[in-house]
Amino acid sequence: MSSQKESTARTLTVALLVCLVCSVFVAGAAVALKPTQLDNRLLDKQRSILAIAGLGEPSMSASQVKELFKSTISAKLVDLESGKFSDAQNPMTFDPLKASKDPKLSSALPGSEDIAGLKRQERFSTVYIVQQEGQLETLILPVRGYGLWSTLHGFIAVKGDLNTVVGMGFYQHGETPGLGGEVDNPKWKGLWPGKILFDEEGKPVVQIIKGSVDPQSPEAKHQVDGLAGATLTSKGVENLLRFWLGQSGFGPFIANLRAGEA
Amino acid sequence: MSQPTIKQVLLDPIFNNNPIGLQILGICSALAVTSNLKTALVMSIALTLVTGFSNLFISMVRSQIPGSIRMIVQMVIIASLVIVVDQVLKAYAFSLSKQLSVFVGLIITNCIVMGRAEAFAMQNPPVLSFFDGIGNGLGYSAMLIVLGIVRELFGAGKLMGYEIIPVINDGGWYQPNGLLLLPPSAFFLIGLFIWALRSWKREQVEKPSFKMAPQVSNKEAY
Repeated sequence: MSSQKESTARTLTVALLVCLVCSVFVAGAAVALKPTQLDNRLLDKQRSILAIAGLGEPSMSASQVKELFKSTISAKLVDLESGKFSDAQNPMTFDPLKASKDPKLSSALPGSEDIAGLKRQERFSTVYIVQQEGQLETLILPVRGYGLWSTLHGFIAVKGDLNTVVGMGFYQHGETPGLGGEVDNPKWKGLWPGKILFDEEGKPVVQIIKGSVDPQSPEAKHQVDGLAGATLTSKGVENLLRFWLGQSGFGPFIANLRAGEA
Repeated sequence: MSQPTIKQVLLDPIFNNNPIGLQILGICSALAVTSNLKTALVMSIALTLVTGFSNLFISMVRSQIPGSIRMIVQMVIIASLVIVVDQVLKAYAFSLSKQLSVFVGLIITNCIVMGRAEAFAMQNPPVLSFFDGIGNGLGYSAMLIVLGIVRELFGAGKLMGYEIIPVINDGGWYQPNGLLLLPPSAFFLIGLFIWALRSWKREQVEKPSFKMAPQVSNKEAY
């Protein structure tokens, strides 16, 4: 019995059968659950966009989120270099993150420009726009960059004047919980609305400072309190905002929007 | 050898033979996912299910598995189950699966799953093996939940994300202990837990594996 069990042919048969059964099992689960997963990912993104734009409530159900998103927000593709809207890709399905790894859709960033630690940058990006009676109400820009341990992925929403923050937040990061992870703290995120991103020349000057902002200082409107115990994460957030609002990021697009030429 | 009963295999691992406390297995994930209670709970459920079902399936085919490839067969079965659990989490608990990130995938390499498959499921009938898996999963869960409660409560002042102790950052009085949110703190806590467990159940204290001989003369010191 035991010699038969250990024969080469039998070993191979058992191995093959086990692999076959398991692969059918795994593939079946993956295929069956795929639509729900994609749906979830989209919902998660929409929920964070709505939250950052200050629309709706966190306790909204999935269908409410979808409904509100559909009725208020439109996604548009932007060519980052020219700063103009583009039709090269479908903004609903375009994934900036995937594009940043595709040599056809991205370019390597030189070290001196790469303050957000991205290494490669996509040529197109998706922006989200809230319009009211034909007027731009809120513009939501995707931002990302390196903190201490991880790349932070988030959005920043600005008012129709393209200068005042409506909200800022990250939907994905791996910073230390309780320290850098406090970027998710609603209280810290609450410091952002009303801050002014650019100076008179249109340079991004938003700054995260150590300690607390002195409200008397003339710079206070550009400054946000740093996170206690998370200097590098704070620095990372500042760098990534400056990068995406600057010339290599959405700078040209914002300039065009201001001039009404996008 | 007399067969253990279902009750024995189910309840023994919780305190008498705790996989983390006595066998010191599965430490890695216990450090990583216990910074808050919610992820600790989900991880517990995931691991308990995987251990239970991998034991069940391995025990069902145990007489067919050739000895030369038995580890690989066990791994294939465990890995399949883990992938399915990961997929289910992604579909139905997306935000939690984001927080658990790689650690669900790493259940594959969790020593508890492998250990129970090799030590128990290969020799015992399916139903008993299934409950042995669940029991060991519960033992792991007990440890994770204790760690999760202590770390989240004293590290962030919350439980399950709800504020229990108002922390200074939010205008309260409690200065949270940041160390508790970092993985190394779980080492201290596991150590304390093992100490408590062995003071309560003295039979778990191991005999020292060697003893220092007394110094016969002090000559060698010079």
